[in-house]
Amino acid sequence: MGGHFSNTGALSTLTQEYRRRPDFFRGACLFACILTVLLLVFIFGEILLKAWPAIHKFGFGFITGTQWSPNREVFGVLPVLIGTIASSFLALLVALPLGLAIALFLSEDFLPDPLRQVIRFVVELLAAIPSVVYGLWGIFVVIPLVQQYGTILSAHFGFLPLLAGPAYGNSLLTASLVLALMVLPTITAISRSSLVVVPYSLREGSYALGATRWETILRVILPTAAPGIVASAILAFGRAMGETMAVAMLIGNSQRLSWSLLSPSNTLSALLANQFAEADGIQISALMYAALLLVALTLVVNLAGEMVLRQTQRATAGLR
Amino acid sequence: MKPKPLHFFSSPKGETSFFRLLRNRFLTGLCIALSLLTLVPLISIVILVIRNGLPLLSMNLFSQLPPAPGLEGGGFGNAIMGTLVMVGISLLLAVPLGVFSAVYINEYAPVSPVSSAVRFVAKLLTGIPSIICGVFAFAAVVMTSHHFSAIAGGVALAILILPIILLTTEQALMGVSSAYREASFGVGATAFQTIWRIVLPDAMPAIMTGVMLAVSRAAGETAPVLFTALFSQNWITSVLEPTASLSVLIYNFASLPYAYHIKLAWSASLVLVTVVTMTNILAQLIFSPKHR
Repeated sequence: MGGHFSNTGALSTLTQEYRRRPDFFRGACLFACILTVLLLVFIFGEILLKAWPAIHKFGFGFITGTQWSPNREVFGVLPVLIGTIASSFLALLVALPLGLAIALFLSEDFLPDPLRQVIRFVVELLAAIPSVVYGLWGIFVVIPLVQQYGTILSAHFGFLPLLAGPAYGNSLLTASLVLALMVLPTITAISRSSLVVVPYSLREGSYALGATRWETILRVILPTAAPGIVASAILAFGRAMGETMAVAMLIGNSQRLSWSLLSPSNTLSALLANQFAEADGIQISALMYAALLLVALTLVVNLAGEMVLRQTQRATAGLR
Repeated sequence: MKPKPLHFFSSPKGETSFFRLLRNRFLTGLCIALSLLTLVPLISIVILVIRNGLPLLSMNLFSQLPPAPGLEGGGFGNAIMGTLVMVGISLLLAVPLGVFSAVYINEYAPVSPVSSAVRFVAKLLTGIPSIICGVFAFAAVVMTSHHFSAIAGGVALAILILPIILLTTEQALMGVSSAYREASFGVGATAFQTIWRIVLPDAMPAIMTGVMLAVSRAAGETAPVLFTALFSQNWITSVLEPTASLSVLIYNFASLPYAYHIKLAWSASLVLVTVVTMTNILAQLIFSPKHR
C-alpha cells in the first residue's frame, strides 16, 4: 500500500517513516501482560515455597489433625476446615431464601418501580460496606442477640447436639448470620440476572393457560432460571469461605471440634488473620499451608460456579 | 378487569381456584416481607454507625494520634494518612500494569495465547480471597525485608485491585467505537498514536470508574494489610515501617476494653463507610451513559 501514497507530500512520507518504526508501546503492553501472568505464578509459587517445610513435615496429617498448638509445634486444621465449610453452608442456608426473594421482588412487578429501586440500592449498599464494619456491628448487635436467644434455645432444645449449651455470643451461628448478610448481594445479583433473561413468551404462555402469577413463577420461571440460581449459590459459598475480617471478629477462634452452632469455632481465613502477625518459624509455614488449602477450596468452588453459570448462559441463549 | 384463572388449568392436586388465588396472595406477601426484612440489618448498621460515630466527629479526629490504651482524647489522623499512602502505592503498582495489559489484550492482540492467559489470570485473581493477597505480600515482602511496612500493605492491595482495573479497562476499551480507530488509521496514525490519542482518551471516563471502584475496594479492605502493614500508634515517616490504616484500627480497637477506643472505632467506621460509598457512587456517576 506504500506505493499508492508515495508521491502525495511530506505527511505521508512521515507516516510511512512512523509506521516502519518498531512499536515500543506494543512491547510495553506485552511486557505488562507477561508480568500479570508471572504474578499469578509468583503468588502461588511463593506461598507453596514458604509452605513447603510444613507440607514436608506434616503431610496429609495436617488436614486430618485436630490439634493446633504452636507451642508444641503440632498443627492440624480439621476443626478449622469443618468450621470454614459449616459457617459458609449455614450462611448460604440463611441467605439463599432471602436472596431469591429479593431477586424475584426485583424482577417481578409486585410493587411500583421506585420502591424496587430503593431495595436494589440497599442491596448494592450492603455489598459496599467494608467487612470490618460488619464485624464491629456484629460485636455490638448480633453477639448479644445470639447470646440472649441462644441461651433460651439451648435451655429448651439443648438435647439436640446442634443447639447444645452453653451458648456463647462468639459462635458459629453469629459468624454465619453476618456472613449471610454479606453474601446476599452476590446471590441477588446473579439470580436476578438469570431471572430477567427468562423469555417473556414463556411467561405469556403460562398465563394464557390460566396459571396464576406464582404458579408461573414456581413452575415456569424458577425452573428455567434454576441453573443461574444454583450458580449464584455456589459463588456465594466461595465468597463466604474467603471472607475474613467479620468472621475473625465474631466466630470466637476456637480450634475445638463441637457439634453445637452456639459454640465458638474457626475458619481458615480467620485463623490466618489472627495468627500471622505473631507467628514465627514452623508456624508461619503451617499458616502458609493453611492458606494453600483455602486457595484450593475457593478455586474449586469458584470454578464450579463459573462452569454452571456458563452452562446457564448457553441454555438460556437457545430459548430466545 | 382482573383475568380470572381458567379451570382447565387445574393443578394435579385438584385445588380450587379460591385456594390457588389465596396461595398466590400469600406467596406475594411472603416475598415482599422477606425482601423488606433485609432492610432491617442494613438500617441497623447505618443508624448505629452514624449514632455511635457522630459524637466524636471533629477536626481533631483527622489531625491527632490515637490515645494510649485507657486514655481519652486524640483521633486517627495517622490511620487516614496510612490508608491514603497504601492505597496510593497500590494504584501506582496496579494502574500501569492493569491498563497496559488491558490495552494489549483489547487493542494489539485480542485473540492470542497471551491474551487468553491474561484474561484467565484476571478472572482467577478476582476469585481468590483478599487475605491471600496479604499472605503473599507477607511471604514476598515482609519475610524478605524482615519488616512490616506500608510497601508490603501496598503490594497486597495492588494484587487485590489489579483484576478490577484490568477488567474494567478492557470493558472500557471495548466500548470505544471501532469507527474512531478506523478513522485514525485512515488519516495515517500509527497504532500507538491511535491508542494514545484516540482510544485511551475516549475510554478515560470508564477507566476512571474502574480506578475509583478499586480505590473504594482497597480503602475498605482489612485482611490484606492486617499482617503486612500491621499497625502503628505514630505518624507515618517512611514507607518501610509498620503503618496504621483505618480498617485495621477498627479491627484492633473494636476488641479493646476501653470505651473511648471503641468510640474511635465507630467514628473510623463512619469515615470509612462514607468514603467508600461516596467513591462508589462517584464512580458510577463518572461512567458516562455513552459507554453503558
